[in-house]
Amino acid sequence: MMSRYSRRLLRSRVWLTFSVGAAAFGLLWLVLILSTLVWNGLAGLSFSVFTEMTPPPGGAGGLLNPIIGSLIITALAVAIGTPVGILAGTYMAEYGRFDRITYAIRFINDILLSAPSIIVGLFVYEILVVPMGHFSGFAGAVALAVIVIPVVVRTTEDMLLLVPNQMREAASALGAPQWFVISRVAYRAAQAGIITGVLLAVARISGETAPLLFTALNNQFWSINLNTPMPSLPVVIFQFALSPYEDWQRLAWTGALLITAAVLSLSVLARTLASKGGER
Amino acid sequence: MNSIAVRAAADNIPNTREKLSIRALSFFYGEAKALNGIDLQLHERQVSALIGPSGCGKSTLLRVLNRMYALYPNQRAEGEVWLDGENILRPEQDLNFLRAKVGMVFQKPTPFPMSIYENIAFGLRLYEKLSRAEMGERVERALTRAALWEEVKDRLNASALGLSGGQQQRLCIARTIAVKPEVILLDEPTSALDPISTAKVEDLIDELKRDFTIVVVTHNMQQAARVADRTAFLYLGNLIEEGPTSMMFNNPKDRRTLDYITGRFG
Repeated sequence: MMSRYSRRLLRSRVWLTFSVGAAAFGLLWLVLILSTLVWNGLAGLSFSVFTEMTPPPGGAGGLLNPIIGSLIITALAVAIGTPVGILAGTYMAEYGRFDRITYAIRFINDILLSAPSIIVGLFVYEILVVPMGHFSGFAGAVALAVIVIPVVVRTTEDMLLLVPNQMREAASALGAPQWFVISRVAYRAAQAGIITGVLLAVARISGETAPLLFTALNNQFWSINLNTPMPSLPVVIFQFALSPYEDWQRLAWTGALLITAAVLSLSVLARTLASKGGER
Repeated sequence: MNSIAVRAAADNIPNTREKLSIRALSFFYGEAKALNGIDLQLHERQVSALIGPSGCGKSTLLRVLNRMYALYPNQRAEGEVWLDGENILRPEQDLNFLRAKVGMVFQKPTPFPMSIYENIAFGLRLYEKLSRAEMGERVERALTRAALWEEVKDRLNASALGLSGGQQQRLCIARTIAVKPEVILLDEPTSALDPISTAKVEDLIDELKRDFTIVVVTHNMQQAARVADRTAFLYLGNLIEEGPTSMMFNNPKDRRTLDYITGRFG
């Protein structure tokens, strides 16, 4: 007869096998996706990708205009969304910590955080594109900013709440007014976390396609005028990947590889910053 | 009767004027009453200790003296606390100004996440406009006064978070005295420190009372006996007894004081 101990040991081995199997199964797809992406993306990667405009079907070209368009739209979205997000998060964690409205804001923010991005695109289409009468890079940036805000609000609030209250009391005990306590002590203690939040927000929006389809649309040509439709990598990938032309499809793979590499390095940077912040 | 050595020679207490006068002070956390009609005088250039079992209200009383409680909603004080002829509990009292005058050091060391130098300069910048040289001098003087200068003078720009616990606590004391307050509140300042650091901080308290009015909350009765000129015993939100430390420890009037200092409860 099996002892209780050996039965338990057997059960442990069975479950361990299941868990390892499940983990391997999940990882397998990730590896497949990444290797396909790298395989197909590298094939089209060349210097001209960064120096030439998107080509017409059958022509030679690169991804310069969508790369620049993505950079501009993302930068503008972060420039709009980050201050709003940080200030709102600061209100929730510091000034309004005990106010009832903070609970309401937090609840709504969490909904916004998980709202499908296509709805954000439609919303900005209604409030900007329709009144302006045309698609524009600016509308695209606003749509992405709407996605940035809840991410930054959440991380800012969370990081500020992690700052021990005693730190605020210590600064107040020296006679520092509240805004001084927040800007010089609380922000300083939370800065690694807040920057990480902004980086994660950038990573989140750099692959967004749906909100841009309704706002920035696309542009075959060089366009850095925010008042006109602007190209972006995700939308170009969407368009090229669905096309029947092989050279377009190859460029789409390369674009996808570029975005993935950018998101990956942002995440690594965010991780590094976060762990540095944790050491202190 | 009790074996605690009382350092403060009762006859040796400096005869100084009242600095803080607490009158009929009650305190509420929401509905819960934490202090019940406290009357207590605290004298200039003396160390006053507040002792009593956990939850007796001694920290609460301390936090009234710089109105630290005002950071939180639902905390409320009733009564009067007079500091140099002003009732600091009146609503129009400027809290930042009060706290610059009544400094506080906490139980756990609370260095700010910045350099040692910046920790001291932080408070100085709030109320004074100093040149680089003056600032450097004030920082050095505060650190010297807190018996920390020799240990940190070669790494003033290093993060204060790299100091040991005892050093951090002395840094917090240096930061507090740098802004030249008149009263210093110490909330169990050594309960997170090792014996050697504790001895250093106690020596420091003894040294600082030449210039400051000091109020120290402590769980440690030997500490009260060692550093305090006068001691007040609180129990369940009431002030049971107050007097010169030697009298409190050798000849308490109230039965509960005797029981507490002889370790029968608390």
